[in-house]
Amino acid sequence: MTEAPDHEPVSQSNDSSTAQPTAGKQRGLIEFDRLTIAFNEQPVLKDISLTIDRGETIAVIGESGCGKTVLMKTLLGLIHPTSGRVTFDGKDLSALPPKQCADLRLRFGFVFQNAALFDSMTIFDNVAFPMRQSHRYAEDEVSSRVMEHLHQVGLPASVASKRPGELSGGMRKRVGIARAIILEPEVVVYDEPTTGLDPIMSDVINELMIGVRNRYPVTSVIVTHDMRTTRRVANRVLMLYPRTRLKKGEPQLLFDGPPADMETDPDSRVSQFVRGEAGTRLQELAG
Amino acid sequence: MSSTVNPSQDLPPDADSHPHAAAGIHASLHDWVMQWGEAVVEGIRTVGDIGLFAWNMLTWLFTRVPQRGTLLVNLYSVGVLSLPVVALTGTFIGMVLAVQSHHQFQAIGMENQLGKVINASLVCELGPVLAATMLSGRVGGAMAAVLGTMRVTEQIDALTTMGADPMHYLVVPRFLACVLLIPALTTMADFMGIVGGYFYSVYILEIDHAAYLEHSRQAVVGFDLFSGVLKSVFFGAIISVVSCYQGFHCRPGAEGVGRAATSAFVYSFVLILAVDLVLNIVLNRGYYYYYSFSP
Repeated sequence: MTEAPDHEPVSQSNDSSTAQPTAGKQRGLIEFDRLTIAFNEQPVLKDISLTIDRGETIAVIGESGCGKTVLMKTLLGLIHPTSGRVTFDGKDLSALPPKQCADLRLRFGFVFQNAALFDSMTIFDNVAFPMRQSHRYAEDEVSSRVMEHLHQVGLPASVASKRPGELSGGMRKRVGIARAIILEPEVVVYDEPTTGLDPIMSDVINELMIGVRNRYPVTSVIVTHDMRTTRRVANRVLMLYPRTRLKKGEPQLLFDGPPADMETDPDSRVSQFVRGEAGTRLQELAG
Repeated sequence: MSSTVNPSQDLPPDADSHPHAAAGIHASLHDWVMQWGEAVVEGIRTVGDIGLFAWNMLTWLFTRVPQRGTLLVNLYSVGVLSLPVVALTGTFIGMVLAVQSHHQFQAIGMENQLGKVINASLVCELGPVLAATMLSGRVGGAMAAVLGTMRVTEQIDALTTMGADPMHYLVVPRFLACVLLIPALTTMADFMGIVGGYFYSVYILEIDHAAYLEHSRQAVVGFDLFSGVLKSVFFGAIISVVSCYQGFHCRPGAEGVGRAATSAFVYSFVLILAVDLVLNIVLNRGYYYYYSFSP
């Protein structure tokens, strides 16, 4: 059963995979322009061009090793492009000086796959970290906002004094979301937000992502394998395919469109992924 | 027991086999040169990487003051928590020196001069190296393991995404803690070694108290204390830079973290001894050069 998204798509650009900044056309918030990332001369992403508009909620899906996380880390400037460029609000991320790049990152919120909470700090200090790091807030305001955000993600005030190791996976994920949104960023990037969680907690996380989007004017990028999350939260889906499995000349971006169109996409690889069918993959892996 | 001898084994290889043998030798030589070449290139690259890492850290050190909270935690961890172990090992080393030296000095009737060798060895060499060794084992390994775990669990990436530079936030406080507190730890190792050596010599080996102190006073001058403490500052810098580098470049998984911690200790220790040699040569020459011109 395909679920309808809980909202109207903010922006749909079916030709965004080939979008180029042109005169007279309004720029997207994030633009990948012929992006290529290679490790040890092995390209993981090659010639990726796409535009993400302000307010969109994008799910980046694809098999393991297709470069989803690399794409996301490039967006945050954690990985530098081998060639091509990534622009945010018209600024080329790889051309920015470190200080400006650090300032720009404060406009992003990032939810890591395993939350990446700092073990040495309490939950309160973890959530307060971005506020304290920005040096713009008095400690009273930090305190009230931390407690407010913990409440928003459904965590009791008693967790504030605990350490990350004392919390369950779902609680850590929610702390990660609270930390990512505490500065009310323009873009929130979620890396596999529901991986490793039970179905109920996965849906709680989905609800939280929808809640964040409804509460703030935020652009969301969700890297996920979870088709339920994709259908429920995203209004645009990008599907990447591993470079090693592509034939010569084939584009790496297999699909770019609304979630509802995935089932009926003429490319069998897309529908196979959506339905979670192994097909002949086991034989290929064995061979 | 009968044995079958293959006559061809004793004969030289025939003419046709020469090209194959030559090709085999050539191939193995080629492989050998390739492997060594790769190892040398990798070594040079690592040294360059560590140099850039240290340069980056120094740039941060002189551009922004580290946060008080992170600095205090590291000062406590490096200084306060290392103090007992450094004091204890210093005491034992002083006593061991007394035990080892006593027989040899007794054989030539110079046991009253035991204080000279014990205290000069401790202040010039053993105190600084011992304190550095304990620090690289206790603190360096822990630094590499903590930073390695932070790398593997994406906590270092998380710092970056929240506008904090990991070099400024994680490395600079550790560097400062090591460099600022290793002189104090070295002095403590020296002091406890002197106390341990005195105790064993005077109360167990029954060396004359006054002679022991007089010879100790003659053997150790202010420059010895200064050179030992100065060397320790270099050792502290080596421990922090090498350990943080290993942590930052940790490979994924538990094995990667373990390897980072081990490498941090091994590389720090080897570098400490190599730098100790160079500094001893430089300081000795400086000492004799200075005193040859002083009135």
